[in-house]
Amino acid sequence: MAARFATPRAGGMAALAALIALLPLGLRNDYFYDVAILVGLNAIVCVGLNLLVGYAGQISLGHAGFFGIGAYGSAILATRYGWPPLAAMLAATLAAAAIAFAVGRPILRLRGHYLAMATLALGVIVYMVISTEDRFTGGPDGMTVAPLAIGGWALRDPRLWYWVVGALLLAAVWFALNLIDSPTGRALRALHGSEVAAEVVGVDATRHKVMVFVVSAVYASIAGSLNAHFSGFITPAKVTFLHSIELVTMVVFGGMASTFGAVVGAAALTTLPQVLTPLKDYEMMVLGAVMMGTMIFMPRGVVPSLQALLTRRRDAAAAAAAPAPRPGDGQ
Amino acid sequence: MMSSMHGLHRLALRLGAAATLAICAGLSAAQEPIRIGAFLSITGPASFLGDPENKTLELYIEKLNAAGGVLGRKLQLIAYDDAGDAEKARTFARRLIEQDRVDVIVGGTTTGTTMAVVPLVESAQVPLLSLAGAVVIIEPVKKWVFKTPHTDRMACEKIFADMRARKLSRVALISGSGGFDKSMRGECLGVAKKAGIQVLADENYGDRDTDMTAQLTKIRNTPGVQAVLNPGFGQGPAIVTRNFRQLGLKMPLYQSHGVASKEFIRLSGEAAEGVRLPAAALLVAESLPASDKQRPVVVGYKREYESRFKSEVSTFGGHAYDGLMLAVEAMKAAGSSERAKVRDALENVRGYVGTAGVVNMSAKDHMGLDLSAFRMLEVRKGDWTLVP
Repeated sequence: MAARFATPRAGGMAALAALIALLPLGLRNDYFYDVAILVGLNAIVCVGLNLLVGYAGQISLGHAGFFGIGAYGSAILATRYGWPPLAAMLAATLAAAAIAFAVGRPILRLRGHYLAMATLALGVIVYMVISTEDRFTGGPDGMTVAPLAIGGWALRDPRLWYWVVGALLLAAVWFALNLIDSPTGRALRALHGSEVAAEVVGVDATRHKVMVFVVSAVYASIAGSLNAHFSGFITPAKVTFLHSIELVTMVVFGGMASTFGAVVGAAALTTLPQVLTPLKDYEMMVLGAVMMGTMIFMPRGVVPSLQALLTRRRDAAAAAAAPAPRPGDGQ
Repeated sequence: MMSSMHGLHRLALRLGAAATLAICAGLSAAQEPIRIGAFLSITGPASFLGDPENKTLELYIEKLNAAGGVLGRKLQLIAYDDAGDAEKARTFARRLIEQDRVDVIVGGTTTGTTMAVVPLVESAQVPLLSLAGAVVIIEPVKKWVFKTPHTDRMACEKIFADMRARKLSRVALISGSGGFDKSMRGECLGVAKKAGIQVLADENYGDRDTDMTAQLTKIRNTPGVQAVLNPGFGQGPAIVTRNFRQLGLKMPLYQSHGVASKEFIRLSGEAAEGVRLPAAALLVAESLPASDKQRPVVVGYKREYESRFKSEVSTFGGHAYDGLMLAVEAMKAAGSSERAKVRDALENVRGYVGTAGVVNMSAKDHMGLDLSAFRMLEVRKGDWTLVP
């Protein structure tokens, strides 16, 4: 039963929707909503990043750059030039997609360390532009961002934001799950296994890699735009290399090649620092220990490891009950 | 219990009960502490600011409590570490307001973290005492936002005034790419004209550059430059100072309050001799004349801090001291810790002597410091000396 819910598609989507719908019962005040919204926004980035890192097997250490393009694109167009926020968000998303497409073709021909270096450089370039062009971006001190207004009505209340972000997260997960189960998704997983083998059976490796790179950039950019409007203030800290690493860590922590893993990873690593504040000086140590422990005992990440555990239990129980035919693998 | 009171008569019993009730009510009010919230960059790139701030708050809340608290109530400090991240700062501020229900917030170590929280405290109506430098925090005036440190604009004005006094008016700027550098450079360019200063060169360097000879050579080759000003923060200014001497530049070199710490002298070594910069009185606490109003405050704070933490006092911790003491002052004046009353009292603070200077708040000025708060210092024999 539990294993059924841990499988992708229907069961997982229903569980996530139920969780999003019921969570407000436990959110006592706006602070809890605030954290929940940040979890949602990080989860959206991670679901997109996981398509690239987890499924297609391409590393990106520059995703904070796309997050930044979305955030600052929206912020500058909506705040400095008075664009309607939704139009600004659309323009920023298109810009992120265009940059990902233009940069993706040459750099995705690289592999391993070289690809990591190239994406890292991309993120650093975006960061440098944002922190030096202070006429537009406010420089290192950051800039104020207009609220997300539709017509004359501004979305400010965190309780409303929660539903917007929740709905978008569901849409993001739904799209990712469908993409993975499509022929494109299978092609991506083939690439992950062996690029040469994939090309031998007729998968256009470059096209697929560029496509998934663009998709993940769009995810990051949209989350960035929303984050800027929700926060009302944005600084280049969100565009740093460190933030890129944080995003990859969330994906790895939750479990690569698991869409729900990405959501779990984002939720865990966003809420843990809030939960651990009473530890004061020891906070970082405990956070580090939790992460190390997870990676040692669940090397594939939280969700895949738990899934495997459940499958093993079920198999063992089935085998003990009767010599029945083995059920198929969960994933 | 009742049986032991047999002989007493009814009236006395009633009176006793009433008195007990009154005492209980009084006690429970007294037990409810005044909550001081803080979000500081205790770790991360701004930790050299946030760490002494946090230590100062802990130290003085402890001292205030040992002395009986404020308004007969204990103080409780709830401090979070935002690691210099504006988003975290906002979330923690929300937590302080919604979850911890603090009466007043001290913090925002950096301009970025402060500005991220401003919309929140304005709508939740909580007094905020920022510890960050830039002018944008208090200009335009925000109803609930105050700040304790000097602004970078004041530093520019102080430096330019000193230049004018030395009959220097043609200046070259050299600054880095950090937030502090950029903000102060902008302010200096903005007030130069009014101060009668002509900026002949405006050079820049990167945050992690290790050599500024190229920029300084350009300045050397600019005809007519009488003084060089380096509005900078971190390691850059020390490198500028060393390169400046290596190139044999003879004109006066001015640094900013951003490097007003012994660390700067240590990093620049011999080259620091003769460098001038504006700084708070705290840096020269012991050499202030006995008649100086600030002397008892800064000497007291310096001794307390240094004896407790065995490390050198910094002006940044002083900002936190001022923030906390201003909040306490306002609560005493208001006779309450109610947010709105504390805010009004903060705006009416007059003549408070702090580590940064004498504070005179008003509805138009939520910082309340003037140029006299800055002292012009010169490095002589590896130490700060007051320029008369």
